[in-house]
Amino acid sequence: MSLSANDKANVTAIWKKILPKSDDIGDQALSRMLTVYPQTKTYFAHFADLSPGSPQVRKHGDVIMNKIDDCVNHMDDLFPYLSGLSDLHATKLRIDPANFKILAHNLLVVVAAYLPNDFTPEVHLSVDKFLQQIALALAEKYR
Amino acid sequence: MVAWTDFERETIKSIFGKLDYDDVGLAALCRCLVVYPWTQRYFGNFGNLYNADAIRANPMVAAHGKVVLNGLDKAVKNLDNIKGTYAELSVLHSEKLRVDPDNFRLLADCLTIVVAARMGADFTAEVQAAFQKFLAVVVSSLCRQYH
Repeated sequence: MSLSANDKANVTAIWKKILPKSDDIGDQALSRMLTVYPQTKTYFAHFADLSPGSPQVRKHGDVIMNKIDDCVNHMDDLFPYLSGLSDLHATKLRIDPANFKILAHNLLVVVAAYLPNDFTPEVHLSVDKFLQQIALALAEKYR
Repeated sequence: MVAWTDFERETIKSIFGKLDYDDVGLAALCRCLVVYPWTQRYFGNFGNLYNADAIRANPMVAAHGKVVLNGLDKAVKNLDNIKGTYAELSVLHSEKLRVDPDNFRLLADCLTIVVAARMGADFTAEVQAAFQKFLAVVVSSLCRQYH
């Protein structure tokens, strides 16, 4: 399910509208994931405060979202671009890749809430594929 | 027996009370058929599903979206016995329609996204949690008679 030229165009276009709200969207997506899928909290036992909007959650949402923002400019070389992060996730973080899908879903929910008119089914399809490619690249070094 | 908090009951009823079933049914089913095109395998007799515009304009998709939303309505009105309410529907989906239960989750995710788009900021994390819990119970009840 690789990205077509149309997918890349859709992702690039909607990310122009996502970028100005990127921090909020990243924060919201991570907060929602922790609330709606409480099992994901197990990866953040080292955070003092896991309530939505807490400073650590906000900061981490920013970190993740900023990287996803960068990936928009690397759709043609996602795997090499994310190679270091893949090592990190495989050897140190060891997050079960099923959770990438969960975070992706919550990101899609937030984008839909912020940009209801732009997030058409066609754009949703492209963004979903883009996020799944990122997930694949992150899991690349797992085994 | 599912334990619902008062917040969850009120939230679920409130969401469905405000939804236009025709609009949301079509939007959710259309989104599912576009984003997960393999789900089209169950709609061979629906005619033109060639692209997103065709799916959006297809009257059979609209009609079936309405059927799905009205089916969910039954669960909203029977929150304390969704399992019993869906016993026949579960047999229908497993024995007659032969739908891979994974597809229920895909449609549920699409419905969540459509409702998020309609509700915007009102679709808070807590509201989303209640809504997704409801859909998870629905999906589980639909899966029950599979064997």
